[in-house]
Amino acid sequence: MSNRLINILVPVISVILGLIVGAIVMLVSGFSPVDGYAALWNGIFGDSYNIGETIRTITPYVFSGLAVAFAFRTGMFNIGVEGQLIMGWLAAAYVGQAFELPTGIHAVVAILAAAVAGGLWAFIPGILKAKLQVHEVIVTIMMNYIALHTANAAISAISGGKEKTDKIHDSASLSSEWLASLTQFSRLHWGFVIAILAVIIMWFILEKTALGYELKSVGFNKNASEYAGMNVSRNIVLAMVISGMFAGVGGAMEALGTFGNMMKLNAATGIGFDGIAVALLGANQPFGVLLGAILFGALKNGGLNMPNAAGIPTEIVSIVIALIIFFVASGYLIRLFLERASKKKGVQKVKGDK
Amino acid sequence: MKKRKIGLAFTALLATGTLLAACGSDDAKDDKKGSSKDAFSVAMVTDTGGIDDRSFNQSTWEGIQAYGEEEGLKKGDGGYDYLQSASDSDFTTNINNLVRRNFDLVFAVGFKLEDAVKEVAEQQKDAKLAIIDSVVTEHDNVTSIMFKANEASYLAGVAAALESKTGKLGFLGGMEGDIIGGFEAGFVAGAKAANPDVKIDVQYAGSFGDAAKGQTIAKRMYDSGADIVFHAAGGTGQGLFTEAIAQKKAGNDVWAIGVDRDQYDEGKVDDKTNIVMTSVLKRVDVAAQDMIKKTKDGKFPGGETVTYGLKDDGVGLADSHGAISDKTQAEIDKAQKDIIDGKIEVPEKPSK
Repeated sequence: MSNRLINILVPVISVILGLIVGAIVMLVSGFSPVDGYAALWNGIFGDSYNIGETIRTITPYVFSGLAVAFAFRTGMFNIGVEGQLIMGWLAAAYVGQAFELPTGIHAVVAILAAAVAGGLWAFIPGILKAKLQVHEVIVTIMMNYIALHTANAAISAISGGKEKTDKIHDSASLSSEWLASLTQFSRLHWGFVIAILAVIIMWFILEKTALGYELKSVGFNKNASEYAGMNVSRNIVLAMVISGMFAGVGGAMEALGTFGNMMKLNAATGIGFDGIAVALLGANQPFGVLLGAILFGALKNGGLNMPNAAGIPTEIVSIVIALIIFFVASGYLIRLFLERASKKKGVQKVKGDK
Repeated sequence: MKKRKIGLAFTALLATGTLLAACGSDDAKDDKKGSSKDAFSVAMVTDTGGIDDRSFNQSTWEGIQAYGEEEGLKKGDGGYDYLQSASDSDFTTNINNLVRRNFDLVFAVGFKLEDAVKEVAEQQKDAKLAIIDSVVTEHDNVTSIMFKANEASYLAGVAAALESKTGKLGFLGGMEGDIIGGFEAGFVAGAKAANPDVKIDVQYAGSFGDAAKGQTIAKRMYDSGADIVFHAAGGTGQGLFTEAIAQKKAGNDVWAIGVDRDQYDEGKVDDKTNIVMTSVLKRVDVAAQDMIKKTKDGKFPGGETVTYGLKDDGVGLADSHGAISDKTQAEIDKAQKDIIDGKIEVPEKPSK
């Protein structure tokens, strides 16, 4: 079996395995897997409304995935994407409603504000790591809580004691009537274009710039990089800041696209934490992250339709979706198995080429 | 060769998908044919608390179920149904899904769904939506259901202040805001009216779903001498019951006051002992059934706010199962009468 065939077979087999185990879970709990998966499929691709909502769900995952992946490539474990995303969301929502600027420019300013907010939030763990060797995992986790409650307090302050900020002005909004009419009033907004741009930007930084080369080099081996004359602390801080900027823009998608404001949050959104899985699924490659985000977002949105159309309880849906992701993530095992099988048995190869 | 194989795999995948999709739409059609078309169908969307939050989501659902059973309807299309929201971004999708399944009336439970309700109301002009705990008046196809929870909380305050042996009470809130502020204001006003010297420890957990934190706060309150704690904190309040039961087992004479539904069952220590003194009832089920009836009769109060208070049986205190003495009960009844008659005006916002 060629490498390329294995590369394609692995995700396909893992998804199928995930679907099978998910089906068993549904069967055992007394629901029809056929109905369940039909509902899942329709929830993702059923009609233009679902497709629009699916793309909308995918968008913030792209950013949180990119944020985690970017830090990973530099050898940093950014668990704080959640907090950076919340700060970006807050900044974009604030800029969107507090200022009056021309259409278009307003949105750009709001997105930049979100990037700065996310970047600043990530700067703190970055500088602590670079200067004092404080482990970034601890700091970023704690910064998530600080972000959550700071944002809730800020929303109270901005809105005068209400549960949410005022809606942003139309000039800052990413949503478009054209997209909404195309998709039967789904909340699809222009953010997905920005998400694709972000994927390209990350690829460009990492692969085509000296900065990216240095960042990756620090990720591979800090000491060797320092010996080669690179400024390791500067690179660590930069990596965290850029990672945080991706996360912050992800928050702007919620502020300017999905919700048009920010409400007090009960708990973390989960988008940042899921970003870790998205990044790992995508092997920390920008385009891989895009695929990972598509899988995550599609399952998440499609899953909403399973209780709706097939009457399967939300809890079972969560298990089924987690299983599918679990099997996709454990693709390494399947790859190992396939490689062994093709090495040992020439028969397999003949069969494969038929 | 390889390419053909890949192509085959994709074709197979797509074929499966189409097949599944086809199954799905067939089922949907069958369902619609199966149920009677003229039945008045009702559905609801929960907030992130979930359908079994032992609070207002569950209460709304109980009201809808009661209606459904009364009419002999089935759960599903054309009857009654609910959808749960796992995150804030699910609200719009869930409401839209139900509207698109042609339910005659869709309840949105909780103020968190306000924006989603406005959005859907604007797009789906034919839909009839009812939002609970929030006021949306700019759309003719939305009605708002509010409760004077402060009135029932006032009665709970009277009960707690008169029954307390230590003269110290606790209030455990979920997240600060207008709705929970109403509970706090009523409780404090009632307690102070019954006993001006009473001390009330007011604390917010910052969450409606953090039972562990609720327990920590409750422990601190009981340890500092409070013997009755009232919670308006949704799932966070489960921690209060856990702690109160532990305190009772340790021999401390403590009580808890539940919220939204009669939470007596949550406070069971053993067969004879229970730590739930009473519960401040927000009869969302009564309100839901009333709203269903109104809408069914063609009297949908679109663009209006319908408020349920002590007068309408929309709020009240639950049976105390003997935990409240007759003397206290007499005071409670008197306060209730005075509120209904307008002699007592219960504050809606906590004084700061």
